[in-house]
Amino acid sequence: MFRTALRNVLAHKARLLMTVLAVMLGVAFVSGTLVFTSTISDAYQKSSQKGFTGVDVAIQPHREDGDKGKPGAAPDLGQGLLDRAAKVPGAASVTGSVNGFAAISDKKGKLLGEGFASSGANYYPGTGGKDPRYPMKSGRAPQAKGEIALDATTADRAGYKVGDTVRVSVNGPVLPQKVTGIFTTDDGNVAAGGSLALFDTPTAQKLYAKPGRFSEIDVKAAPGTSQTALKTELDKILPRDAEATTGKKLADDQAKIIATGMNGMKDGLLIFAGISLFVGIFIIANTFTMLVSQRTKELALMRAVGASRRQVTRSVLIEAFVVGAVAAVAGLVAGIGIGSGLRALMNGTGATVPDGPLVIPPSAIISSLVVGIVVTMLAAWLPGRRAAKIPPVAAMNSVHAVATTRSLVVRNSIGAVLAAAGVALVLVSKTQSILGMGAALLLVGVFVLTPLLSRPLIAAAAPVLRVFGISGKLARQNAVRNPRRTAATASALMIGLTLITGLTVIAGSVSKAIDKMATEAIKADYIVSMASRTPLSPDVEKKLSALDGVTASSPLRQSPSRIDGDFQQLVGVNSKTITDLTKLDFTKGSFAGLSGNKVVVDDKTARSYGWKLGSTLDTTFEDGKRGKLTVSGVYVGNDLMRGIMVDTRTLAPHQSEITDQQVMVKTKAGVSEASKESLHKALGDNPAILVQDKKDISESIAGAINLMLNMLYGLLAMAVIVAVLGVVNTLAMSVFERSQEIGMLRAIGLDRKGIKRMVRLESLVISLFGGVLGIGLGVFLGWAAGELIRNAMATYELVLPWGRMGIFLLLAAAVGVLAALWPARRAARLNMLSAIKAE
Amino acid sequence: MTTTPFGVQTAVRTTAVAARATDLTKVYGQGETQVVALDAVSVEFRQAEFTAIMGPSGSGKSTLMHCMAGLDSVSGGSARIGDTELTSLNDKKLTRLRRDKIGFIFQAFNLLPTLNALENITLPMDIAGRKPDKQWLDMVVDTVGLSGRLKHRPNQLSGGQQQRVAVARALAGRPEIMFADEPTGNLDSRSGAEVLGFLRNSVRELGQTVVMVTHDPVAASYADRVVFLADGRIVDELREPTADAVLDRMKRFDAKGRTS
Repeated sequence: MFRTALRNVLAHKARLLMTVLAVMLGVAFVSGTLVFTSTISDAYQKSSQKGFTGVDVAIQPHREDGDKGKPGAAPDLGQGLLDRAAKVPGAASVTGSVNGFAAISDKKGKLLGEGFASSGANYYPGTGGKDPRYPMKSGRAPQAKGEIALDATTADRAGYKVGDTVRVSVNGPVLPQKVTGIFTTDDGNVAAGGSLALFDTPTAQKLYAKPGRFSEIDVKAAPGTSQTALKTELDKILPRDAEATTGKKLADDQAKIIATGMNGMKDGLLIFAGISLFVGIFIIANTFTMLVSQRTKELALMRAVGASRRQVTRSVLIEAFVVGAVAAVAGLVAGIGIGSGLRALMNGTGATVPDGPLVIPPSAIISSLVVGIVVTMLAAWLPGRRAAKIPPVAAMNSVHAVATTRSLVVRNSIGAVLAAAGVALVLVSKTQSILGMGAALLLVGVFVLTPLLSRPLIAAAAPVLRVFGISGKLARQNAVRNPRRTAATASALMIGLTLITGLTVIAGSVSKAIDKMATEAIKADYIVSMASRTPLSPDVEKKLSALDGVTASSPLRQSPSRIDGDFQQLVGVNSKTITDLTKLDFTKGSFAGLSGNKVVVDDKTARSYGWKLGSTLDTTFEDGKRGKLTVSGVYVGNDLMRGIMVDTRTLAPHQSEITDQQVMVKTKAGVSEASKESLHKALGDNPAILVQDKKDISESIAGAINLMLNMLYGLLAMAVIVAVLGVVNTLAMSVFERSQEIGMLRAIGLDRKGIKRMVRLESLVISLFGGVLGIGLGVFLGWAAGELIRNAMATYELVLPWGRMGIFLLLAAAVGVLAALWPARRAARLNMLSAIKAE
Repeated sequence: MTTTPFGVQTAVRTTAVAARATDLTKVYGQGETQVVALDAVSVEFRQAEFTAIMGPSGSGKSTLMHCMAGLDSVSGGSARIGDTELTSLNDKKLTRLRRDKIGFIFQAFNLLPTLNALENITLPMDIAGRKPDKQWLDMVVDTVGLSGRLKHRPNQLSGGQQQRVAVARALAGRPEIMFADEPTGNLDSRSGAEVLGFLRNSVRELGQTVVMVTHDPVAASYADRVVFLADGRIVDELREPTADAVLDRMKRFDAKGRTS
């Protein structure tokens, strides 16, 4: 049996090519994902571990849990603690560090690198006056205010040398700094493409903490002292609001965080790999169905000479196994290539990934082989069973077993039930999981129904096809000739397009909703914030409010607190100007009289805590002082404006350090390039500070949504490519099966062009059929998902992206034309004589 | 020359030649494996004549037909349909010639299963983008006795009926010449006789020209003339043949083949 199966595979090499390619692509996607994520994860872990080599125990501020402590951040660690830690038995040396955000502008004044990965820290001269973490490559360490050292990668990228002056910004004002040194580091952030600026310790403390305070104290153990022993010693001297952690635990925690992040990415990618493989199943099933029907006589002969049904099925499955194994191995190799290629690509686009060896996890090898073989055998199972049903007598006559209409009736009934259940679930769904289930059911239902749908939908295309004369007519009829095959081919394309369209509909609608929100809820002309989303210095608000031409301004100032036992962020606003800057709908009360102990609350928070107008909130402020706040208004919150708002003056006495999340500004001149420029200038032309009008905000959000959408398009493109292989496969089969007809058509006078056109139009019809189904389903699912989003986003409304939908339809058409290239050529070149003679 | 009410030529022999081969040579393969299928064959097919080409397998009779019908390329000599020299035509022109001037009947019927009988009959005209001549079409359909079955698909028709559709398809475009390749090979004798009758009638009554390849002496006896082929050469010719006469000749070739 095995030998016959193997012979069959070899005999049908060409016809199995598309199947192998489809499986290979899916497997390559899986193994590529696994190799890529393992490699990157490994590289990040190694680079982060390097960062902890000098740390045996780290002391960090620790906010106490429960109701006892202050809701605010724990105070930074003092010099006293550092001195005491140095004297603990077993401690060899201590390093105090402070760090935070530090934007560095390049020579053109633009921000260097990604905002969030730009950090600053202190140079802590230890014994011998050197900081072992940051060996200087050239120049010397920063020693005074106005001096910095830059990491070598960043200095190279921007072309800075020792002696240059660099514009740096920490939380608002621009600080011109002289570069005194360039150092090398294996800091994980830098390895991942960020920048690192070093200040001398007192300057860094002033910028990031308070004079004389550190955000972390690292203790190195003396030889012979273990990390845990050192930690036990240190625990004895620690105040309540600080905690010690061993370097090993820090490294492990970091590794866990990296692994979790990578797993998320891996799972995301694997979902798309799964979609590609799922699409591939249709092609495999189509191919094996055809191979079995072509071999009807041969299989019947085997039955006639004594092979059992099971043996026949097994021979088909063995064939599938061989095909799957070959494809899986090829896919694994391709996947390893993709995995290493992707990293090179990422490095090329500027997102620096730490160096590291290519990691091929055993899971990649095992899952590639299992997935490739199992998927192929699964898809070949039904054709294999059908093969076993061929009666031995079929060997004697030329009547081919034709699928009975009864099975289509059964199929249609099942499909109708599934699709109806899917639609019902989608319509009544209140949660994402039910919606997802409904969508999956609907997709399967529609897939089962496609043979039925193919006739009326393709018939609808008849008037268009009539333009192409006899080629069009024959193409239409050929397309519905084998409804199952057409359906499977179109379904493969449908799945990809459904997802693409659905995502596009949702993304477009969400973009629009956010746009609406921004324009409806905000009256301010500009919103000023840090590019890194880190807090702004209160100086920024002071500077802006003092500007000529600024009519109103207010910060959104965050202050952690505990209300009724739960942790909450209080948002401080300027109660005098807030009504000029926002346009919030109040269901009860208003901003009027927002001062003293009054607060306004968004409706959702109010509802979840049962707060009403006049409710008293038992509040612990960030400094631990307690007080009572009274609700004086409830407003309709949205994604840009929500939370518990109080007057900034109410917060002021409790805040030791003021940080503003953003500042809203209204100007006399309104929104214009000039007024934006003047604000920017007033803030010292700081590239780290964003001055955005409403349009900028909508655009940046739309940009982020678009970026994500494009990534998803890229991932779904794989499924579409596999679908293209499916169309090629189906057409090649059709051409092969109909060679006698094609020969006859050529003999009685259809020229090569006409034959080519016939094949191309058939391909076009099938592809557009899949495209129309996919886009239709995508719109429906997008609409249904939108209904869920509407609950969370009041301004949400369905926006149908007609332009894009048109493009998707064109894409489907392009798929059709492209897929037909080779089969059409083959059909036109067919040897007429042998085609006619073939019986 | 008399004319029917449809303006069709009736059974009047003319001397005009519908197709002619001159020193037609066809060679397959190269070097040692070279096979000469047609060895400088010269033959004429006159208008309104029913010619049968006979010969043992491998005699080149099918090759002769394929070359004359523009289905296969020629190694040497000339093949003409009317005034058109086939050997000088490119594929496009050859295709057009087949479409407009030649009718085909195949052993395996070769109907399109997706089209009904009528659509199959008008297929050549649909390909050309021409409207069929309604009167002629009705007459052809009547002649082959398919009036009641025009809406049937091929799989709803018997073999004989399918071949009658094929005959009608060949006739519908009023070709200058019709080529039939073993048209009765897949039929029982009764259906075969019917089809042969239609072919003869189309020559006698409609003035068509038919060239038929067959190895069945009975089928050949329906023709006006039988051309015998052996080893790629024309070896004999018979006019007004009977089945017995054809069989006799065939036996003679066989005997000759065995003795030589």
